[in-house]
Amino acid sequence: MAHPSQLGFQDAASPLMEELLHFHDHALMIVILISTMVLYIILAMVTAKLTDKLVLDSQEIEIIWTVLPAIILILIALPSLRISYLMDEINDPHLTIKAMGHQWYWSYEYTDYEDLGFDSYMTPTQDLTPGQFRLLEADHRMVTPVESPIRVLISAEDVLHSWAIPALGVKVDAVPGRLNQTTFIISRPGVFFGQCSEICGANHSFMPIVVEAVPLQHFENWSSLMIEEA
Amino acid sequence: MSETIDEKLKNYRTAPFDARFPNTNQTRNCYQNYLDYHRCNKALAAKDQDQTPCQWYMRVYKSLCPMSWVSCGTSALIVQS
Repeated sequence: MAHPSQLGFQDAASPLMEELLHFHDHALMIVILISTMVLYIILAMVTAKLTDKLVLDSQEIEIIWTVLPAIILILIALPSLRISYLMDEINDPHLTIKAMGHQWYWSYEYTDYEDLGFDSYMTPTQDLTPGQFRLLEADHRMVTPVESPIRVLISAEDVLHSWAIPALGVKVDAVPGRLNQTTFIISRPGVFFGQCSEICGANHSFMPIVVEAVPLQHFENWSSLMIEEA
Repeated sequence: MSETIDEKLKNYRTAPFDARFPNTNQTRNCYQNYLDYHRCNKALAAKDQDQTPCQWYMRVYKSLCPMSWVSCGTSALIVQS
């Protein structure tokens, strides 16, 4: 989850987010190198005591500062396109979960076998127990098996919402009347938090998303328990 | 088909990838399977045949379609698509 004074992304919990993280490092390194070089050149030119009024053109440097940026852009574009196509790979999900946005809570439906559905409301600040996270905890978590491809279908029952979990690299709009699909694999067990990412009214900031990834046996036990309780 | 419909239903995990709906928007996928289930039932009932094959479409639309869309009946699904 997020930490105070955090500068970078949250630790990746899915293979896709790992790729995005590495790509971001790669692109940011290029940006920092270029910016440093430009800053140095500006300082060098401003502080130089000599001036040359007779230089009119220079083919060599013109070629260099055309070809080099083109190469750098290609070096950025290739990994970017790779990840873009990776996201659209055809995969074979093991489980389908529906996440429905409401004002102001999420509801989750697991209907592959039985009709299991439940709401997930934010835990109010005054009800938090020590160690819990303010504005992030919810009363019911979306439990998923770890290391299984999962399809999540996102929609909304009233206004626009958006289902986002930074650690998994997922953000999908919840549009009333439309079913948006995303698939991911959670690489490690844990609890991952997200928040509604599309303005949806007074309590837009107070409808978090909590995903809990557990081993398959635990997931099966949890789903049996939830069905019995319903 | 290498698997019979009974085996397919027994081994059902979740709705498989459908090449007719390869993109993010799966609204039509839900609606199509819902339609196919009811049409299959109607067609097989008219011929007095066993309606077990239609269960596949039912499993798929139950996996894909939100419960509120289905419980409202056909009109809700038509509006959504």
